[in-house]
Amino acid sequence: MQEHNSGRSFASTAGQTPGSSKPDPILIADNIVRRFGGLTAVNVEHLEIQRGSITALIGPNGAGKTTFFNLLTGYDSPNSGTWSFNGKALNGIPPHKVARLGMVRTFQLTKALYRLTVLENMLLGAKQQKGESVLFSVFPWIWRAQEEAIRVKAVSILKNFKLIEKQDDFAAALSGGQRKLLEMARALMVEPEMVMLDEPMAGVNPALKQSLLEHIKELRNEGKTVLFVEHDMDMVHEISDWVIVMAQGQIIAEGTPATVMGNAQVIEAYLGAHHDADLSSEGA
Amino acid sequence: MDSTANSPLVSAKDLVAGYLPGINILNGCNLHAGKGELVGIIGPNGAGKSTLLKALFGLVKVREGNVSLSGEEITNLRADQLVARGIGFVPQSNNVFPSLTIEENLQMGAFQSPRQFSDRFDFVAELFPTLGIRRKQRAGSLSGGERQMVAMGRALMMNPSVLLLDEPSAGLSPALQDEVFVRVREINKIGVTVIMVEQNARRCLQIVDRGYVLDQGKNAYEGTGKSLSNDPKVIELYLGTLAKK
Repeated sequence: MQEHNSGRSFASTAGQTPGSSKPDPILIADNIVRRFGGLTAVNVEHLEIQRGSITALIGPNGAGKTTFFNLLTGYDSPNSGTWSFNGKALNGIPPHKVARLGMVRTFQLTKALYRLTVLENMLLGAKQQKGESVLFSVFPWIWRAQEEAIRVKAVSILKNFKLIEKQDDFAAALSGGQRKLLEMARALMVEPEMVMLDEPMAGVNPALKQSLLEHIKELRNEGKTVLFVEHDMDMVHEISDWVIVMAQGQIIAEGTPATVMGNAQVIEAYLGAHHDADLSSEGA
Repeated sequence: MDSTANSPLVSAKDLVAGYLPGINILNGCNLHAGKGELVGIIGPNGAGKSTLLKALFGLVKVREGNVSLSGEEITNLRADQLVARGIGFVPQSNNVFPSLTIEENLQMGAFQSPRQFSDRFDFVAELFPTLGIRRKQRAGSLSGGERQMVAMGRALMMNPSVLLLDEPSAGLSPALQDEVFVRVREINKIGVTVIMVEQNARRCLQIVDRGYVLDQGKNAYEGTGKSLSNDPKVIELYLGTLAKK
């Protein structure tokens, strides 16, 4: 078996070409094509995601990153292609079953349940609650302990996400950035094997963002796999073991953060030539 | 108070505002912007940054305090009245009409004075050449960066003296974010006073003349972009140390 830090150490040995194979992939995708009319939004020949690693998916707006997430998690169906998670083919499997298999995602545009409180939103995230069974629900002693444990966990996550003072407020009363935080916090309640985060930190204050990165690293230390879309290159550089670059629906590069960010094609298509420049000195 | 020779163009004093009865998001917030100034607002999530812009633009009711424009009180005027007085607002998201073309989106921005349309369209197309070239394209088919240009262009159609921007760089790729910041500065250079809320605090503080840090609906820090980005307290609480540049 792999040791628990395989997610980090594989990066030094894996090939850095688009579609390169990984020592222990948790997710494998082949020939995935999705067309919208005449536009080919996604056209991925081959992709492997290493188990236990933090992988960033970057690329220009409209590159197909979110569409690719939708396909992998069953929210949309491709025109062709196959993909598997933990060796199980996922073609045609609906989103809730994909989640039950251990692959959970968040959304770029948040989907909190606004008429529930922040804490209730969190409690809903937990899986396999015994009290949900019609039969068991009438015997509180069966589920009381579990429910208490879930509540303790929810409260501790809310503390880390600086949402604890809002726990009894309706989710609708949160600001845009706080809804984003709730979305990610709720995904952590599921304890999935693989988490897919679609721009988890867009609109989150930089200082809080930095403290939340520790929680993502914590997931990796627990042996979980993280795949995330992000535009903040400081964040990508800080936590990713591996970076995949999409443009016009295709994987155009992959590799360690340092290699990818030095790749001329990536700079041209995505980062921009002035990425490291200080704008205050320009034309002032 | 502000000892500048000219009194500020926009001034907000001791604002208290909120959405739900009894819950205030802003708790005595102050802000001013001089003519031609570029002002940034940063701060934690839920600090009230967007609410402050909405309070300036009449989208949330101001419960206490007042807002003035060129010395005239404008507190709680309707948004359309404020547009007529020269304030433009670009919301955080859903800020274009996706089924309308670029040109139609810009027409919406000029609906209060349709006769000016062609002059103002030429002006906006000079600032954002893509918008002129692709004027017949539907806004829904544009990329995130291009949509942001449409939204800003539409707010400029009424020739505003003040432009309010709510996180214009959110969700854009690094190259497009930089483009947005450069554009905002260009708009400012032609004389428009800009007040912008941003989470890309590093870039924001690089281009602004002055910045405010809001926390829990109140002013926490204020200063030039440079002094804020070098203030250890601001770095610890709001900026973080990841963005070193």
